Amino acid sequence: MLRDITLGQYFPGHSPVHRMDPRTKILLTIGYIVVLFIAEGVAAYAAVLVFLGTAMVVSRINPKVAMKGMKPLIFVIVVTAILNLFYTQGDELFSFWIFTITKQGLVTAIFMVVRIILLITGTFLLTYTTSPILLTDGIERLLTPLKRIKVPAHELAMMMTIALRFIPTLIEETDKIMSAQKARGADFESGNIFQRAKALVPLLVPLFISAFRRADELAVAMECRCYRGGEGRTRLRVLRFSRVDAYGAAAFVLLVAAVVLFDLFGIGVIS
Amino acid sequence: MKDALLRVEDLDFVYDSDRGPVKVFESLSLEIDRGEFVAVLGHNGSGKSTLAKHFNAILLPAGGTVYVDGMSTADEELLYEIRRRVGMVFQNPDNQIVANIVEEDVAFGPENLGVPSAEIRERVNDALRTVGMYGYREHAPHRLSGGQKQRVAIAGILAMKPECIVLDEPTAMLDPTGREEVMRTISALNRESGVTIVLITHHMDEAARCARVVVMDSGKIIADGPPKSVFTEIELLRSVGLAVPQTVELAYSLRQKGFDLPLNCLDVEECAQAVSALFAGRKV
Ligand SMILES: Nc1ncnc2c1ncn2[C@@H]1O[C@H](COP(=O)(O)OP(=O)(O)OP(=O)(O)O)[C@@H](O)[C@H]1O
Ligand SMILES: [Mg+2]
Repeated sequence: MLRDITLGQYFPGHSPVHRMDPRTKILLTIGYIVVLFIAEGVAAYAAVLVFLGTAMVVSRINPKVAMKGMKPLIFVIVVTAILNLFYTQGDELFSFWIFTITKQGLVTAIFMVVRIILLITGTFLLTYTTSPILLTDGIERLLTPLKRIKVPAHELAMMMTIALRFIPTLIEETDKIMSAQKARGADFESGNIFQRAKALVPLLVPLFISAFRRADELAVAMECRCYRGGEGRTRLRVLRFSRVDAYGAAAFVLLVAAVVLFDLFGIGVIS
Repeated sequence: MKDALLRVEDLDFVYDSDRGPVKVFESLSLEIDRGEFVAVLGHNGSGKSTLAKHFNAILLPAGGTVYVDGMSTADEELLYEIRRRVGMVFQNPDNQIVANIVEEDVAFGPENLGVPSAEIRERVNDALRTVGMYGYREHAPHRLSGGQKQRVAIAGILAMKPECIVLDEPTAMLDPTGREEVMRTISALNRESGVTIVLITHHMDEAARCARVVVMDSGKIIADGPPKSVFTEIELLRSVGLAVPQTVELAYSLRQKGFDLPLNCLDVEECAQAVSALFAGRKV
């Protein structure tokens, strides 16, 4: 059951979006999020949707798969929608018992839901099309200028790589320990929240001990392979900007222009 | 005489633990030449891992000197030169793989050495082909079998172009298939590429495949020689808690019953031949 957890799943491929430099993709994703928050009207949202849709089509990611990634977040989306629906003041559309639904509430709720969906799909597109190793590489390169103000760029990237590497191993181990404890009569599934939390102690203690032992062994193994931090280190992969990066950037500039224009002139803004 | 790749001279070593100092070695000496294929045997706590960690300056001598290719491991300036020449493979393959893609992990060593990207690519491909894992270069390590992971770990060392690989019980966590994969890989490395191999093991049949066997007991070397002569010292090996290969065991029991069998048959084939020769002579 624990094995089904995937964090930032990656779907290998060779589409132009896959080939784009990870630095470009990270920057574009950040830019995209900002745009999403400044977008106001229907027209601006439509522009964002076109941008995302194009990226999806070009990346050849199966939309069904993308939808699946949304599943665990449905709860958050529904709660946001309900809160916005009932708690926005304005012109009453209809009411029953203690609830009133306003026109503004309805509009905000719809916009909120669309915004969250666009946000999640957009950021997932980054992890769907970028291997974790390139992602950490990209982050490292992007943070490199910040080394001057003592941001440990290399160390952060290394930590991320190792975390990604060991998550499956530790999940497997948790599974094993759980089975072992269950075989001895441990019960993880019943009882109130305190009893359940207590049942986790015999799970966490061996897990932590083993994680520390692993860390110790890994450190020695890394030293044996001449690891000495980021200084003087070369990389297997060289990150290089190419034509696809230019296309991506151009598309993004168009998006920003469209959204800013629509916002400025209030095109498609519902009041 | 200066040619020995690994030379341990009067090594003293003491661990400082919370329960006081633990003396492991006192005046230990050992030489391993270029291109040798050496097994190190000994029961738990005899100091095998401690010795292995002296070969690439993970541990430093408290007394005496360890030379790698003529360089003293105590010389801090030479640390990376030494570690580049002597690679280490450990027991648990999971805890020595750093990256989440096979080829990225193999590249880790050369990356640390500052090798140019194009050459890293070449070295990674060569190393993966040598251990027969090229087809898995884009796989995630946690999806591989134990034997495959251990071969990836070996490739990671090979990509640093070492002169010597020290393997500390590399097969202890593997099933028979995985053990065979690893043994075949390191034998081929020794035979075809002339890489010096130091194999620490608990398995007698693995030691029997090496050209030289060093037996340790409480921090001392008590036997050193080709397996055919070391394994015939059955009483000595038993006195330090080690078993001998089953074929030798059989020959030994038969000898004690008065049959005239040679003790130095190390594999089943040889043993069967010796037994059939014996019975043919007796005309059963
Ligand atoms: N970090 C440590 N601190 C204190 N004592 C240690 C440490 N590591 C090993 N020892 C002790 O040093 C001695 C030699 O240990 P070493 O690990 O070299 O043995 P080994 O031959 O590799 O055994 P095994 O077959 O179990 O791997 C043992 O008595 C052990 O208890
Ligand atoms: Mg050991």
